[in-house]
Amino acid sequence: MADAYIFDAVRTPRGKGKKDGSLHEITALSLATQVLENLRERNNLDTSKVDDVVLGCVAPVGEQGSDIARTAVLTADYAESVAGVQINRFCASGLEAVNMAAAKVISGEAELAIGGGVESMSRVPMGSDGGAWPTDPSSAFKTYFMPQGVSADLIATLYGFSRDDVDAYAVESQKRAAAAWADGRFKKSVIPVKDQLGLTILDHDETVRGATTMQTLASLNPSFTGMGEMAFDAVATQRYPQVERMNHVHHAGNSSGIVDGAAGVLIGTKEMGEALGLKARARIKGMASIGSEPSIMLTGPSLVTEKLLKKLGMEVGDIDLYELNEAFAAVVLRMMQALDIPHEKMNVNGGAIAMGHPLGATGAMILGTMVDELERSDKETALITLCVGAGMGTATVIERV
Amino acid sequence: MENFKIEVDGDGIALVTFDVPGRTMNTLTASVIREIGELVETIKSDAAIKGVVFTSGKTTGFCAGADLGELGGSGGIGGGGDLKAAFDAGFALNKSFRALETSGKPVAAAINGLALGGGLEFTLACHYRVVADNPKIQLGLPEAKVGLLPGGGGTQRLTRLMGVMAAAPYLLEGKSMKPAEALGFKVVHEVVPAGTEVEAAKTWIKTKGDPVAPWDKKDFKIPGGGPYSAGGSQVFVMGNAMLRKTTYGNYPAQLNIMKAVYEGLQVPFDAAIRIETRYFLKTLMSPQAKGMIRTLFLSLQELGKGAGRPAGVPHYDVKKVAVLGAGMMGAGIAYVQAMAGIETVLIDQTQEAADKGKGYAEGLVKKAVSRGKLTQEKGDAILALIHPTADYANVKGSDLVVEAVFENRDVKAQVTKLAEAQLAEGAIFGSNTSTLPITGLAKASVRPKDFIGIHFFSPVDKMGLVEIIMGEETSQEALAKSIDYVLKIKKTPIVVNDSRGFYTSRCFGTFVQEGMELLADGYAPAIIDNVGRATGMPRGPLEMHDDVALDLSYKIAQQTKKDLGDKYEERPFTAIIEKMVEGEGRYGRKNGKGFYDYPENGPKTLWPGLAQLAPTKIAEVDKAGIEEIRTRLLYRQAVEAARCFEENVITDPREADVGAILGWGFAPWTGGPISLIDGVGVAKFVEACDQLAQKYGARFAPPALLRDMAAKGETFYGRFGAKTKAAA
Repeated sequence: MADAYIFDAVRTPRGKGKKDGSLHEITALSLATQVLENLRERNNLDTSKVDDVVLGCVAPVGEQGSDIARTAVLTADYAESVAGVQINRFCASGLEAVNMAAAKVISGEAELAIGGGVESMSRVPMGSDGGAWPTDPSSAFKTYFMPQGVSADLIATLYGFSRDDVDAYAVESQKRAAAAWADGRFKKSVIPVKDQLGLTILDHDETVRGATTMQTLASLNPSFTGMGEMAFDAVATQRYPQVERMNHVHHAGNSSGIVDGAAGVLIGTKEMGEALGLKARARIKGMASIGSEPSIMLTGPSLVTEKLLKKLGMEVGDIDLYELNEAFAAVVLRMMQALDIPHEKMNVNGGAIAMGHPLGATGAMILGTMVDELERSDKETALITLCVGAGMGTATVIERV
Repeated sequence: MENFKIEVDGDGIALVTFDVPGRTMNTLTASVIREIGELVETIKSDAAIKGVVFTSGKTTGFCAGADLGELGGSGGIGGGGDLKAAFDAGFALNKSFRALETSGKPVAAAINGLALGGGLEFTLACHYRVVADNPKIQLGLPEAKVGLLPGGGGTQRLTRLMGVMAAAPYLLEGKSMKPAEALGFKVVHEVVPAGTEVEAAKTWIKTKGDPVAPWDKKDFKIPGGGPYSAGGSQVFVMGNAMLRKTTYGNYPAQLNIMKAVYEGLQVPFDAAIRIETRYFLKTLMSPQAKGMIRTLFLSLQELGKGAGRPAGVPHYDVKKVAVLGAGMMGAGIAYVQAMAGIETVLIDQTQEAADKGKGYAEGLVKKAVSRGKLTQEKGDAILALIHPTADYANVKGSDLVVEAVFENRDVKAQVTKLAEAQLAEGAIFGSNTSTLPITGLAKASVRPKDFIGIHFFSPVDKMGLVEIIMGEETSQEALAKSIDYVLKIKKTPIVVNDSRGFYTSRCFGTFVQEGMELLADGYAPAIIDNVGRATGMPRGPLEMHDDVALDLSYKIAQQTKKDLGDKYEERPFTAIIEKMVEGEGRYGRKNGKGFYDYPENGPKTLWPGLAQLAPTKIAEVDKAGIEEIRTRLLYRQAVEAARCFEENVITDPREADVGAILGWGFAPWTGGPISLIDGVGVAKFVEACDQLAQKYGARFAPPALLRDMAAKGETFYGRFGAKTKAAA
């Protein structure tokens, strides 16, 4: 079987996912199109060699519906022969898209493929696609459904993370993101988003707040107390009866931001890279997904990491850099606690608490961040992972070549 | 047709009067359901009929719904195991109602009184509903209360009329609405002066008479939207969580109602009612529905009519009762007696103490008057029936005495003598003791045949059960008279034989004790109470223990130890209680210090010091672990109830089940501990108990009676049901 190599990774900056966000006036299709265009231009790519484009998207309805991957292939003027598929593994969709593109390469189905994702959360709000899981009593009841924020608070409660712990983590995330931007660490992969005239409308992540302190966060009220008290705390304690009382610690400042953005990763065989004059920057060493307990929902990352490392014959300490999507501060604190990962190795350039989490795209974005960071810091291996709705985890290990 | 009478007037309007012969109330018997089908055919095919008005020939109301006796009996729908036939039978009513709704002729319901369950569903299938202006009229779908699902289109029509959110409490909790509320919800179209309903209904047919239901019109929209509308999905997401919060997943009826609504609202009406019928049958065939219908409806009704009363004793009309002791129990008993029109002498050691006891009734009456539930005049008349005094001479002329003094044999013996000195021949002496054996107390009596236990539950005005305890010498006549008294004060009597803790206290005690066992095993206290609550018991065992009072439980344990001597089995948890009561002065809720701390502001929190006395060894449990604790807490009580049968403490499964749910709040979804065993199957229950006994000790060991029943393939209701019927 072939090896899958990463030749390039690009992402848009992340715009505030509200009506006053800079990217709100740019369509989701345009975001995806600009990513594909950039990959072509930067790499002088003969797009007829691309077999497939896999894009993650979590709310594939409205303008994000109807297979936005194939649509973007056409609007980006890729060769007609390039197929496109939109996939959904909730928050890990972008990474899953990369993994699927890599799997196509490894299996021989494709020689060159793009994995990525897009989500304009300001234009197609989270939850727009409905879904049986929380709504249909058959599944909601059986799975002890609770909203992710309540699940994150449950993690904090069960594993003993106080409000100060999660806030301190958030402050550090903001600090790291601001420092990384100041240091130009994202410049290799961030592509400015252009407006309808071709003028740059956004060239930086819009929600980074480097000046965040424990004091500024202290003024924020926990977000999930109300709905917890109404019903979901009771659901949590029925599934986890060891909880006497829920500790609601998460709020807008220590949870991932709602943003707009898109990303793409160009993946192919060594031979195809050579034929097209592409430089292999990293190799996909392994990939895995796992299901975990669905009500607490967000504990998949450590489980999928263990699964993947075991498959690769590696230890936790063998990985130089870890990148876990900062869906909620407690999710990251829990993985570091569970696997004894030092904070110095985890999310070294900040994460979604500072820069935001465009649901379908984030996985591809943070994988690109790791490609850049391995090169910058001259390290060898990185593990990228995300927690996933309904209790899942997806992970990828990459190594420099 | 025997249940319906049709009169067609000059305008071609058929007035159909619903009047089931030989019954005071219309119910949907099998014969009624069959005739509704025929009736619809007539309406459709008879060209002379232009429109239809349904009304009731009963002054009691329009219709009280399904005949639960027929439905709950073994011969009911779904009993035979042929699902296709069960579906056809279960769908019959829905089919007829739908045929009526789509007959092409305008149909109105003139509702002259209550319309509940299938009765309301009948009217919902009409195009127009007129109801008499009387706030006493109840309109509702109470099915969920007895573990059932409205199966005559109610889940579909009510939600399409009101919207899911507004309909939820009526479907899931069985709440009923008054005519004015129904009008506000657009569940009825008109509220008119009583007696003019038929006229108003006919007027509608003549003037408007639209024969198309809202949901059959092209532009129909569900109020608030369906499950995947912008607003509708949140209703389901929250609703599902609220449902788990309130039911703990114990009640299939509520969950199936949610499913029927969720699925039904996404399809055309004809498909929706098929879905409803499927969930109706799934619910009906659940052991929960069977147990709940039997216990919470049929048995409760039978016991409320005196099913346990010995025959052949003339009715005993209790007009005057002396209550000895004006403490919390005595005061409560005096109040319920006065409410039932019984002249009450309330006696305590001093006039002040007796007056204070009457104060309790005064408070309750004042509250009822201020809320408009009672007129001042009636309230005064009730209070005038209570005579507080310290003088035993006032006992004279009483038909019955209820002794409610301290749980102390000497004090009880003393007041027994004082009261009996005043009592006429044939009057009854009842002791409201919860723990002391009646036969022993009767030794202080000069008339042990008339001496009986009448055990009330606290708070007396809220708790519906009275446990009557037969002493060794208590006569059947005394029993009959006591039952007559209990029925007069509108409580439900169960009859038990003398034993330590009788039936209710004895079985209830095992719940609290098993909670202590779990604590001694090292389970985190939060696990014990969270899972305890999730069994369907009203509270977890530790918080319940706090409510009962730890010092009381400690004293009872000491007394039991003294009484039983060598037979007393010391449990590891005894040391925990001893340290809490004697070492820490933690008596429970009453002094704000028990397993929990009770801060003045805010909710109770687990006492941190408990970790020292009972170190946590099991800090988390998975689903299987939760199930194990659930089983321990419920089966421990159920096996104790089975022992009560073996020891002849209780003899009627109906009394055992009703007594358990009303007396100590045993998980209602089971239908009671005996229904639980029957539902699981005696053989399987024995097997489970054997395993539990092996793991945790002899307290789970099934008694010989259960093994015998398992071997013979018997059920409690089979083995003991026939006998009690013969006696009744």
